Amino acid sequence: MNPLFSVRGLEKRYGARIGCTGIGFDLWPGEVMGIVGESGSGKSTLLSCLAGHLPPDRGEVIYDGRDVLAMSEPERRMLARTDWAFVHQNPRDGLRMAVSAGGNVGERLMAVGARHYGDIRDTATDWLGRVEIASDRIDDRPSAFSGGMQQRLQIARNLVTGPRLVFMDEPTGGLDVSVQARLLDLLRGLVRRMGLSAIIVTHDLAVVRLLADRLMVMKGGECVETGLTDQVLDDPQHAYTQLLVSSVLQV
Amino acid sequence: MTAMDAYNFAYLDEDTKRMIRRALLKAVAIPGYQVPFASREMPMPYGWGTGGVQVTAACLTPDDRLKVIDQGADDTTNAVSIRRFFQRTAGVEVTEETEDATIIQTRHRVPEAPLQEGQIMVFQVPIPEPLRFLEPRETETRRMHALADYGLMQVKLYEDIARHGRIATAYAYPVKVEGRYVMDPSPIPKFDNPKLDDSPALMLFGAGREQRIYALPPYTRVESLDFDDHPFVASKADHACDICGATESYLDEVITDDQGGRIFVCSDTAFCRSRQEDRQ
Repeated sequence: MNPLFSVRGLEKRYGARIGCTGIGFDLWPGEVMGIVGESGSGKSTLLSCLAGHLPPDRGEVIYDGRDVLAMSEPERRMLARTDWAFVHQNPRDGLRMAVSAGGNVGERLMAVGARHYGDIRDTATDWLGRVEIASDRIDDRPSAFSGGMQQRLQIARNLVTGPRLVFMDEPTGGLDVSVQARLLDLLRGLVRRMGLSAIIVTHDLAVVRLLADRLMVMKGGECVETGLTDQVLDDPQHAYTQLLVSSVLQV
Repeated sequence: MTAMDAYNFAYLDEDTKRMIRRALLKAVAIPGYQVPFASREMPMPYGWGTGGVQVTAACLTPDDRLKVIDQGADDTTNAVSIRRFFQRTAGVEVTEETEDATIIQTRHRVPEAPLQEGQIMVFQVPIPEPLRFLEPRETETRRMHALADYGLMQVKLYEDIARHGRIATAYAYPVKVEGRYVMDPSPIPKFDNPKLDDSPALMLFGAGREQRIYALPPYTRVESLDFDDHPFVASKADHACDICGATESYLDEVITDDQGGRIFVCSDTAFCRSRQEDRQ
């Protein structure tokens, strides 16, 4: 079996400052990897480089045997709307707020050539159901939705084309705890059922504990520790990871 | 000195005309592509056809016969003022007959009479970017055109059906040119969209404020976007003209009193008049 996604020696600098450096890993089909670290540790920079939003300065990114960085813009866009998905922290970045929920879900389908209104609508209704949004809200705009619903809508919009790899940037940030729990439950179900690979950036250790198979801890733009999630969280080796784990509030 | 001598032929100086003609050549070479051009200040406000006037000025020769219409009519303010403008600054012949004209400048209509080879249609365009209200960033819409990334245009039509049960866009209905560029046909009613397809006339589009020119060379394939299960329909008021009785022309609804009285009349006045004359 070949890895679905491999990264070698990835580096991104902002002038003299380091965004992230020396990052390398393999992601296998169906595997979920968490990236944790404090604010400013380079998590989001890394994710943007991986998803093709930012050109890295050095290193290589291979998806399914194809060099992502060498791809032309149309190829990368095609990939970004078929095999890949990107869930933004703020649903407003990932949704079209002036377009109805059905239109938001249907956009990716229409972008890859769907031209049958009835089929698009059926698929959209089905996906709204899967993310627990009532089907009578299909013609409402996302601005009429609660924060949790917007986030679920963004997830539906991204997963509708059946991607194989999902990038998530703090998918539960800014949601209250009970909504977070339900969203995580939903995400875990979808990821397991669809056999998705995912890279989840977060600073919430509970999220990775629940979702991720493997964990990468970042500090100052570098990867300081990797390993299976339970292993890293239960027996942290690096001083920073120990600090991170011990600073979780115990209720 | 007569008024004619006070201006260069057709108002614009020759360098400006050359610049516009270069943009026109590029636009004809890439049908549906929006070519930027250095739009000049014209002696009329934006929104009154400054783009169309510049294109007409760049195309006019002393032998041309000009027809100007506004919403199909030859006698409305915009049409009259632009026709007078060119009579004064170019001294060209003018006509109201579609068949006799060599250049037709139009606001929001295509004439009913079939166009012929050798004729030039000049459209006044307020907003050339069909994706504008869906994607406000110019950098992004240009990239979308470059990559033929037109899923978003379909989202607009989806929204129409979701909200109204059918594609409710009645004018400025987006078209795809030669299977490549999505183009705003200017705010003509969608009834006129089929007239753009495979037309023998050259069609030029000028947007003065937005500084864009685009074109459809003769016999270009122009398809209106739609869904398989909601096909494009070139709709018009379901009525006959109350003056000439035409059933196949695009109609304006005219309110005649405050008792709810109304009549439907051809929006193309030259077409309506010729039918009345034929009848007598």
